[in-house]
Amino acid sequence: MEIVVLVKQVPDTANVGADAMKEDGTVNRAALKTVFNPDDLNALEMALEIKERYGANVSVITMGPPKAVEILKESLYRGADKVYLLSDPKFAGSDTLATSLILKSAIEAKVKNFDIIMAGRQAIDGDTAQVGPQIAEKLNVPQVTFVTDVEEVKNGKMRLSRLSDEGTEIVECKTPVLLTVEGGVNNPRPPRVKRLLKYVNAMSSFQMNEDWVTDEDVEYLKKRELEIPVISFCDIVVNPEYIGLAGSPTRVKEIHSVVFKSIETKDYPANQDGINNMMKELVSEHIIG
Amino acid sequence: MANFFEDNKDLLFHLEHADIDEVVTLMENNFKDVESYDYAPRNIKEARRNYTEILRVAGDIMGNVVAPNSESVDEEGCGFDNGKVEYARGTKENLKAILGADLGGMTIPRRYGGLNLPSTVSTMVIEMVSRADASLMNIVGLQDIGETIFEFASEEIKQKYLPMFTSGKVTGAMILTEPDAGSDLQAVQTKAILDEKTGVWHLHGVKRFITNGCAEISLVLARSEAGSKDGRGLSMFLIERDDTVQIRRIEHKLGIHGSPTCEMQFNGTPAILIGKRKLGLIRYVMALMNGARLGVSAQGLGIAEAAYREALKYAKEREQFGEAIINFPPVYDMLTSMRAQIEGSRAIIYETCRYVDLKKVYTQLCEHNETNQEYKNLLKKYTAIASLLTPMAKAYSTEMSNRVTYDAIQIHGGTGFMKDFPVERFARDARITNIYEGTTQLQVVAAIGGIVNGTLAELLAADYENIDYPRELHSIQENLNSIKSVLNRCLNEFSERNDKEFVSYFSRNVVDMACELFIGYRMLKLSIHNERKRVITRLFVEKALSNALKLAEPVLKRHTTAITNRDLIMEVVE
Repeated sequence: MEIVVLVKQVPDTANVGADAMKEDGTVNRAALKTVFNPDDLNALEMALEIKERYGANVSVITMGPPKAVEILKESLYRGADKVYLLSDPKFAGSDTLATSLILKSAIEAKVKNFDIIMAGRQAIDGDTAQVGPQIAEKLNVPQVTFVTDVEEVKNGKMRLSRLSDEGTEIVECKTPVLLTVEGGVNNPRPPRVKRLLKYVNAMSSFQMNEDWVTDEDVEYLKKRELEIPVISFCDIVVNPEYIGLAGSPTRVKEIHSVVFKSIETKDYPANQDGINNMMKELVSEHIIG
Repeated sequence: MANFFEDNKDLLFHLEHADIDEVVTLMENNFKDVESYDYAPRNIKEARRNYTEILRVAGDIMGNVVAPNSESVDEEGCGFDNGKVEYARGTKENLKAILGADLGGMTIPRRYGGLNLPSTVSTMVIEMVSRADASLMNIVGLQDIGETIFEFASEEIKQKYLPMFTSGKVTGAMILTEPDAGSDLQAVQTKAILDEKTGVWHLHGVKRFITNGCAEISLVLARSEAGSKDGRGLSMFLIERDDTVQIRRIEHKLGIHGSPTCEMQFNGTPAILIGKRKLGLIRYVMALMNGARLGVSAQGLGIAEAAYREALKYAKEREQFGEAIINFPPVYDMLTSMRAQIEGSRAIIYETCRYVDLKKVYTQLCEHNETNQEYKNLLKKYTAIASLLTPMAKAYSTEMSNRVTYDAIQIHGGTGFMKDFPVERFARDARITNIYEGTTQLQVVAAIGGIVNGTLAELLAADYENIDYPRELHSIQENLNSIKSVLNRCLNEFSERNDKEFVSYFSRNVVDMACELFIGYRMLKLSIHNERKRVITRLFVEKALSNALKLAEPVLKRHTTAITNRDLIMEVVE
């Protein structure tokens, strides 16, 4: 079985300091720690659990700046078999539509016979939840979103639970399929120390070209298969007009900081009467009921 | 989310300043493993980087998986039904995370699948486990029996059993204590009978107070020499748990609820002899115990660290008389003293680890180079130091843990007595640390020899006293000299009196003094690097000096009232 997991390196929005925004209102990336997008870790965990149950090759792909190699190494520590860094200045500024096209082309180039593509439901920086579904459309495979559990993978079919507005649905689908995984549905495993020590020296082809890396280092990395391949524009088949900033129809017009302010508050005592009175008022004001 | 490594600056400081390059280079056999193992370091720099990475992974698991489970583990405890022991839900989750991350069998060499870590690093993991959940330390720490198997078993046994530990598939137990053989293990009765036809040993007997007795693989101390009465008739055996091993009950304990303490019966359990007959107690158990003692020292330290952090947080938040209580001298007196003691414990534990590793390395070097006199001399030296510092570290750290957790409750006031805050659990968990693996009273017996015979004095003279310390450290060193002269006067008193009863009665005073003297010097040396450490050391040594004066007085003034009148005093008058 071939599984592809799509992951993203994102700013650590859970630990935002005072210097997170620049004066002009744009994100100060230098001041933000980056992390493995949490939902994507859940997707990776689900993929690794499928691997343990049924046997599979797990390939992890990320699109991002050279620094995103860090989360690929994290994926290797946890048990991924192959990782690819999708990175090229031509990709910069891509919105979800352009990103999904690039990722689709990368999957076609590197993991032709995939059975399952998995991604986290959404990234904590953009919160769009669009890239996964867009890739499924472009690859012309079915998609199951908000997946919470894999019940069975058998004879080219998967049985999954997914979250819906009403509760949990049990869904069956054919593979190949794309799944987006709901956050928090499993406990992502910690890195395995032996794998960490094996891959801690791994470098992307970008890094290997840097001045401080000696020929001896390069030889060692190659011998140990510690070179993380970079997929650039020339490695994939994609129309340059549809990628990058120019190929992205999305335009950010303005960013507002929305803060909810209370206009009017009322205090009710914390007893049965208080609760009754509060409920009566909420119903009479048509806030609930 | 807390990472118990990254949020602990003192632990980072100790890793950074641990003087372990020499021993690591020897342990790594000049980094030759890199040819055969893809996770071996290429050089000392990489080895040290790896230690940081490993501790970061461990710190993350402890802070984010183990610690959040600790309250429920304490409440739920272990289950026991029909001879089967069941860990608490949280314990199972914790073990899955820890063993799944390759943190089982940390010190075992790579050829058996281990990480070949120095005990400085593995002990740091144990400290962090204990800070997160003291009861889990017992199960994780018992992975140490793998170390004993490595040291003493045949190659065939090592090949078979060590990979089980390093792959995280099994947990271990050391099965020593019996109803009538606790501190006095020479009295062990469990029989090992050799079936001459098959060549297989079988065990019969009852063991009690066995931590994690439900383990898959255990080491058992049993009497292989029928008719013998003392320790020389005991041998060490390895067993795999099967139907002949009956767990009769588990104990209901004051603390460490997550760790099952079993009473067990062997009904002809097949067993494999480890090493040579008759060396079970006198050689192998002693080695096993020394490792376990260092582990329990770190357990005490980890619990104290957890208790201190709770107490500090509470003292900052709690206001009385219109002010945070941390501003009141009696409260910050406790907190500053707790902090100094915790850092003192860390200073002795990690230096002991270094000597334990040196001893281990030179043991192996001597085995492979039998005629090398230099190796032999070094082994002798490091063995003496490790045998002295291990009981000192345990005595100091576990008593310290009890003092610190006691004061952590005191700082909380009435609230600390309630189950609403974790400090009461820390105090309950700490209470066993100065009892098991040899009570403090037995650590004193183990340590006093090395103090009386001059091993400690030699160590101080060689590595600590003759350093040209910066001027601002001189006053601390003067205080240390004063402690030393008081200690020496007590030792003179011992030799002049030449009275076993007197020496035994006052050994505790001398060992307590010696612990603080050594720790003071160790901290002084570490202070060279760090301004903050300097202040903590100053406080530690000031307190150590006043303790020493108090401890020395009854020795020097020969306060023997209790010795000479003990029957009269102890008898309850009705």
